[in-house]
Amino acid sequence: MCTYATIKTELEGSAKGPESKWFHVTDGTVYFDHPVHAMAEHTLNIDFADPSRGPGARVAVELTAASARDLVAAIEAALASAPAEMTV
Amino acid sequence: MSDALCAETTRITGHDDHEIEAYLARPSDNGQRGGVVVIHHMPGFDRATKEIVRRFAELGYDAICPNLYWREAPNAAPDDAAATARAQGGVPDERLIGDVGGAAGALRALPTSNDKVGVIGYCSGGRQSVLAACHINLDAAVDCYGAFVTGTPPDGFPLRVTNLVDQLPNLRAPLLGLFGNEDQYPSPAQVDELDEILNREDKPHEFHRYDGAGHAFFAVDRPSYNVAAANDGWERIETFYQTHLGG
Repeated sequence: MCTYATIKTELEGSAKGPESKWFHVTDGTVYFDHPVHAMAEHTLNIDFADPSRGPGARVAVELTAASARDLVAAIEAALASAPAEMTV
Repeated sequence: MSDALCAETTRITGHDDHEIEAYLARPSDNGQRGGVVVIHHMPGFDRATKEIVRRFAELGYDAICPNLYWREAPNAAPDDAAATARAQGGVPDERLIGDVGGAAGALRALPTSNDKVGVIGYCSGGRQSVLAACHINLDAAVDCYGAFVTGTPPDGFPLRVTNLVDQLPNLRAPLLGLFGNEDQYPSPAQVDELDEILNREDKPHEFHRYDGAGHAFFAVDRPSYNVAAANDGWERIETFYQTHLGG
C-alpha cells in the first residue's frame, strides 16, 4: 500500500549528502511506505534534508521495520549513555 | 506496419495553465489511434513508469505521463522529487485533475488521435485514475490497486487523502480494476465495497482479483512483482483498451 502517512520534524544538524559534501540539515521527514531501493515491500524511510537548497539536498535512509526499531533503541541508548547535562 | 516508436520528454499545459514536464511515447506511423494517460505512482516519474509509457506505445497508443511533482521539484531526480512532494503534503486532488486533463488534451491534439483517451494509474495513481475519470472526459479508466477509493484513511494522516465514495456517482468512464487479494490497501473488503457501489450506480466496470498477489504486483523492479498477476493484468488492460479506445 501507499500509506500516505508522513511525519515531519524540524532538525538541527548536518548530513553528508550528494557529491560527498556536508550540508546543514533543517528538516526530517519520516514515513513508512514503499522504498525506492531496499528489497522490502515497505520500509521506514527517513529523509534528512535542507529544502532551501533544493530537492537534491537530501540524505535518504530506508530501513526494515525491525531495523528502524533497533535504530530508535540505539539512539536512545547512545543519548542515555552521555551525561544528562550534555544532551539537553 | 512499422514497430518503430518515438519517446521523449516534453511539456504540456497542466492545472491552472502551468507548464509541466511529461513523458510522451508514440508509434512512429501515422495511423489514427487512441491515447493513454499514465499516472505515476507515489515514488514518482521514474524509469519504471516511463517503461510503462513506452509499452503502451508499443501496443499502438499515443501515451503520456505527466510529471506530477514538476512544480515542487523541476529537474530533480525522481526519488528526490517524490520526497519533496511528500514533505509538502502530496499532490492536491484538484491539481491532479487539471494535470490529467491537460495530458488528455495534449493527446487529443495529436494529429494521430482518434479522440479517445484512457487513463491508468498504479498505487496512489490508481485512486487518482478513478478521481480523474469522475471529473474529466475520458473513455476508459484503469485502477491498479489504488488505496482509498473506498475505505477510510486512518486518523492522523498528514497527507489529507480522502476516499472517493461521494464522487463515484460521477464516474464518466468504464472502469477496469486490478487488485491483489493479499493487499490490505485496498483490502478485498474495500474492493467489494467499490464493486457494490458501482453496481448500485449502474457504472460499467470489470474487476480482476488475484490470489497470491499483494500490492504493486505490476512493479517489475520491486519484490512485490507477481508474474502471473502482472501477465494476466496486462492482457486485461490490452483487451479493455482495444474495446474502449480502438477505432
